[in-house]
Amino acid sequence: MTKKAKKGRITVDREFCKGCYLCISVCPTGSIGISGTLNQKGYYPVEFLDGKNQGEESRCTGCTTCAIVCPDVAIEVYRE
Amino acid sequence: MEKKVFERPRYLKKASTHYCPGCGHSILHRLVAEVIEELGIGERTIGVPPAGCAVLAYDYIDVDMGEAPHGRGAALATGIKRVLPDRIVFSYQGDGDIAAIGTAETIHAANRGERITVIFVNNGCYGMTGGQMAPTTVTGQLSTTTPGGRVPLRDGYPVDLSEMLAVAKGTVYIERTSVTSPKNILRTKRAITKAFRTQIDGLGFSLVEVLSPCPTNWKLSPVEAARWAEETMTKTYPLKVIKDLTGTPGQDGN
Ligand code: SF4
Ligand code: SF4
Ligand code: SF4
Repeated sequence: MTKKAKKGRITVDREFCKGCYLCISVCPTGSIGISGTLNQKGYYPVEFLDGKNQGEESRCTGCTTCAIVCPDVAIEVYRE
Repeated sequence: MEKKVFERPRYLKKASTHYCPGCGHSILHRLVAEVIEELGIGERTIGVPPAGCAVLAYDYIDVDMGEAPHGRGAALATGIKRVLPDRIVFSYQGDGDIAAIGTAETIHAANRGERITVIFVNNGCYGMTGGQMAPTTVTGQLSTTTPGGRVPLRDGYPVDLSEMLAVAKGTVYIERTSVTSPKNILRTKRAITKAFRTQIDGLGFSLVEVLSPCPTNWKLSPVEAARWAEETMTKTYPLKVIKDLTGTPGQDGN
């Protein structure tokens, strides 16, 4: 890996997320996981895996695919 | 420098919808709002929501709205457009609304070539009332009123409304898309843009039929529902441009 991939990041609005997990099914880099705590509606929202928990760099490229499929517009995407 | 590359469109209110997790309506609301923003028509667009799950669309899409009685979206949109011809008028209708109780209004509005845009959301069932068979339910599909699956000789054949409307002389642009994958969602957005443009240019009646998952009544997870729509529904309702006369001379208000 010499070429540096684009770096991105997403934010998830926990209260808008309804736990449909469509975003997880389409993310090409496996950067989204399921949070272990319920939101107020009683769904387990998703959370961004920034890689730090595995001692890695985030693999998210900011491709927006997750946000395009998110029915509840819970995701915002940032890219460098 | 980090840039925000995806956010809620301006004409979609910051409200949590009442739609079920994974429902196609939510995705489609966002696409309509994005297109309205990109075309710069937010201040002169009037929407007509239906009876059905999308009955509260006016709580989410932030433009003027006038609720139609069940099935009568095309008739109400006709009235609004004829009184206010400089407005961009669209109806948003589910399959139970447009292809059952509203068939007459829809066919005649299309045949008259009303300069309106119809967003036709096809999820193959009556969603709000609990998943009964709709005219659009595909052969073999389970519903609460076809528990063993739809059998054409008993229950009739799935109604292909978009193809029927393409026969009408007043229709200019009809496309069928879906909101079941990132690619198809982007294609749906392009189709909605083109449908609104058809109206802006005064060419005639435009309609986009969108295959839309209803995970709750299909009794599938959102991911499975999207897959079922792609693999099974598209056999009856293939994704394609059904009619496109937008480039044809003479389609400019006669
Ligand atoms: S922006 Fe792309 S890479 Fe990043 S989380 Fe979303 S789908 Fe995954
Ligand atoms: S697609 Fe949206 S609503 Fe569904 S799980 Fe992901 S963030 Fe939550
Ligand atoms: S019943 Fe179906 S169409 Fe209605 S909100 Fe739920 S998933 Fe959407």
